[in-house]
Amino acid sequence: MLKELGLKQIDDLFIDIPKEIRIDNLESPIPSKGLSQQETERLLREIANKNKSCNDLLCFLGGGVKPHYIPAIVKSIVSRAEFYTAYTPYQPEASQGFLQAMFEYQSMIAELTGMDVANASLYDGATALGEAALMCARITKKNSFIIPKNISHSKKSILNNYVKGPGVKVKEVDYDKKTGKIDIKKLRTVVDDNTMGVYIENPNFFGVFEDDVNEINDVVKDANALFVVGVDPISLGITKPPGDYNADVVIGEGRCLGNPMDYGGSSLGIFACKKEYLRQIPGRVVGLTKDKDGKRAFCMALQTREQHIRRGRATSNICTNEGLNALAAAVFLSWLGGIGLENLSRINFEKGQKLAEEIESINGFEKLFSGVHFNEFVVKCPIDPVKINQKLLKRNIQGGLVLGEQFPHLRNCMLFGVTELHSDEDIKRLVSALKEVT
Amino acid sequence: MYHSAVYDEPLLNEFTEVKKEKTLRIEGIPKSLQRIKEIGIPNLDETQVARHFHHLSQMNYGVDNGIYPLGSCTMKYNPKLCEQIASWDKFANTHPYQDISTVQGNLQIMFELERMLCELTGMDYFCLQPAAGAHGELLGMLLTRAYHEHRKDFERNEVILPDTAHGTNPASATMAGFKLIEIPSNKDGTVDLDILEKTLSDKTACFMLTNPNTLGIFESDILEISKMVHKAGALLYYDGANMNAIMGKARPGDMGFDILHLNLHKTFSTPHGGGGPGSGPVGVKIKLERFLPVPRIGRTREGVYIFDDAPESIGKIKDFYGNFSVLLKAYIYILMMGDEGLREASEVAVLNSNYMKKKILDSKKYDMPYKQLRKHEFVISCERLKQEKQVTAKDVAKRLLDHGLHPPTIYFPLIVKEALMIEPTETESKKDLDKYVETLVKIADEKPETLRNAPSNTPVKRVDEVTATKNPVLTWKMMS
Repeated sequence: MLKELGLKQIDDLFIDIPKEIRIDNLESPIPSKGLSQQETERLLREIANKNKSCNDLLCFLGGGVKPHYIPAIVKSIVSRAEFYTAYTPYQPEASQGFLQAMFEYQSMIAELTGMDVANASLYDGATALGEAALMCARITKKNSFIIPKNISHSKKSILNNYVKGPGVKVKEVDYDKKTGKIDIKKLRTVVDDNTMGVYIENPNFFGVFEDDVNEINDVVKDANALFVVGVDPISLGITKPPGDYNADVVIGEGRCLGNPMDYGGSSLGIFACKKEYLRQIPGRVVGLTKDKDGKRAFCMALQTREQHIRRGRATSNICTNEGLNALAAAVFLSWLGGIGLENLSRINFEKGQKLAEEIESINGFEKLFSGVHFNEFVVKCPIDPVKINQKLLKRNIQGGLVLGEQFPHLRNCMLFGVTELHSDEDIKRLVSALKEVT
Repeated sequence: MYHSAVYDEPLLNEFTEVKKEKTLRIEGIPKSLQRIKEIGIPNLDETQVARHFHHLSQMNYGVDNGIYPLGSCTMKYNPKLCEQIASWDKFANTHPYQDISTVQGNLQIMFELERMLCELTGMDYFCLQPAAGAHGELLGMLLTRAYHEHRKDFERNEVILPDTAHGTNPASATMAGFKLIEIPSNKDGTVDLDILEKTLSDKTACFMLTNPNTLGIFESDILEISKMVHKAGALLYYDGANMNAIMGKARPGDMGFDILHLNLHKTFSTPHGGGGPGSGPVGVKIKLERFLPVPRIGRTREGVYIFDDAPESIGKIKDFYGNFSVLLKAYIYILMMGDEGLREASEVAVLNSNYMKKKILDSKKYDMPYKQLRKHEFVISCERLKQEKQVTAKDVAKRLLDHGLHPPTIYFPLIVKEALMIEPTETESKKDLDKYVETLVKIADEKPETLRNAPSNTPVKRVDEVTATKNPVLTWKMMS
């Protein structure tokens, strides 16, 4: 090939790089020679063995991520190389499979959330919150966004970084110390003419259901602001979709729909909204259309909002999203079906109630909030929760999330999470371990 | 001739539902939140679902189907071992809040990957959090802001970029609150130094550049550019989408770049997944280190990996530590390639690109404006076909599909009329490149109607993309 180019050596192709910056080799930690497959696998096995997975440990962590069961069909479908080795479907005729799957994903997310439209995914739930705030700013042209005090610190930080550009002010509303729900009286005092949107989570970070949603919606709409609701999609099997209580935008972390925890990533940001805002949606959306012969076809729609067309005036800079995770979610949801999801949701709720009852029955432990919870809840511990977790770990149990770091006044509290994966025996094991260590 | 599988595949909600046992009554949900309506997701059995998605997969084209020379996208073959290892329980089934003593393997991988990327790019520090290239750009722009604000240099609100920039560059800069100034390229298709000089001022926060640029041309004046930008007190940002051209040959850090992002799902062969997950780590020079997102990954003298805080950090850009599964695949890829393999990858990518370019230009069917020597990609124009036969770049692209070949990126960069942006990558054989060129050449001689009617061997014929935007139907609910 070099000869056909009239060249002698490969470096003749790199003469346009100034000599001063050309290098001959890369050094440690990049190995000089590559490892064989076999060597690589052996090395990675050694590294992997320094980890304990949530099969090695019995894990009761809450905080937005929990282990869930992934039916075998999900991996079997997302491992199809036609899907996972494809690029963004810029050529619809060669990408009908992925496009239809995304249309179905969007449809099922819309059904689940009670919204009219959904996009084909964002990076994760936290960046979806950032994008939701930016969309509220575009729609209302106002500059204050309200969030509950009890969302994860990480989410708060990401939101603040996302809204730095337009200079949106983020205000916090405290929660009711008894119920763990948002304090509506305080919400009323924070909302004003500058409020572009109000965000609540349902269930919230403490696992508690926000059931005063109709009152909250009234407060939001009186201020001509948008109502943004963050959800755990599994909870929607048994609860009202936010569309039913007039939410304008619904976001959430979609990892629990058929995606492994992957140490926190990759994940899947859900983003759905009312039809009237669809031209302000961030990210890709797939739409229905026809081909030249009038046959049903799918393609990316509303691309004129996107960065590759609109550049500096795009609704978002997002290009690569979490396509394969959205595909996993679509397979998961269609395998489960509406009834299956309702059952899964019920099991999660019941496990949540059972674990809370069991822990409350141990001397010194107390459920902190009176509000009804889903599958996570805050527990006040009789001794330092960090110590509890250390002792549990010796018994191969990963206890709940210690809250002191994010909420200093809750330093004796833990957020426990439980799912359909936890058997009654698992719960018993935790309870007897908690008795032993306190 | 190529023929794709074609199914008139119903939507999930058009299948006949199987009856499943009704759910049990549930007590205890607050009344205002009780679900009243049934969930509008059909109840199917596993066979239906398996066949449905299997059929859909057969109507989709990936790198494992064949060549995929999308310019600026680096669609190379993805080693299967990376996928396999990333799905191991010990990695995939770890919780981000697990006790740090139980995830030392994960932290080791991230710690070492950061250092590998530093060596590869000549940067001092890396942050692995961003989930994609554009996300990395956003972080880069936020770091730029933090840097100037820290220096009390509050007037710097402009970002300069060339007219060949990827669309994400201006979008990310705007998102971070900067004003954009786009400068035209010179007659070689590279940065016009005079115009850059005139545009730089004490309001310039940053100059964003891809090198090689989106025409595939290496910006040979890069050291001069770097000097000018820094003299003006601004930062120099490197969009790493085209890093596949220079691995082991040159490093952005040595060129004078202060911040960069890489696209692990491009250069480092983690598959693109039909649109993600990706990963866009950001590297910086030491002067920007203090602003990097937290947690930072550290190692004690005893060799224990830990999370470090940083008081002046801008905070977080993504939940947890980034797309760990993608980071893991890139780590494995680098180990399997080594220095020799990575350099060879770039050499062959550039060789393949220049070989294809020459073959295509020798045919005299297509033209290529600007400089001859290209790196890993090149951009040809179908303008002559348009003038002579009213055939567009889109028509050519669609006709390629009939031959079972994925088209190049089209209509980008914007400064080339009727552009075909071709990036073959290093994992395509000479035979595949020859076949692609032959087909492109043959297409140029075909009847214009044949091209305008293409494709016809795909599951659907040419798709009406305009209607999808004019009358958007985005869910099955909106179909009725």
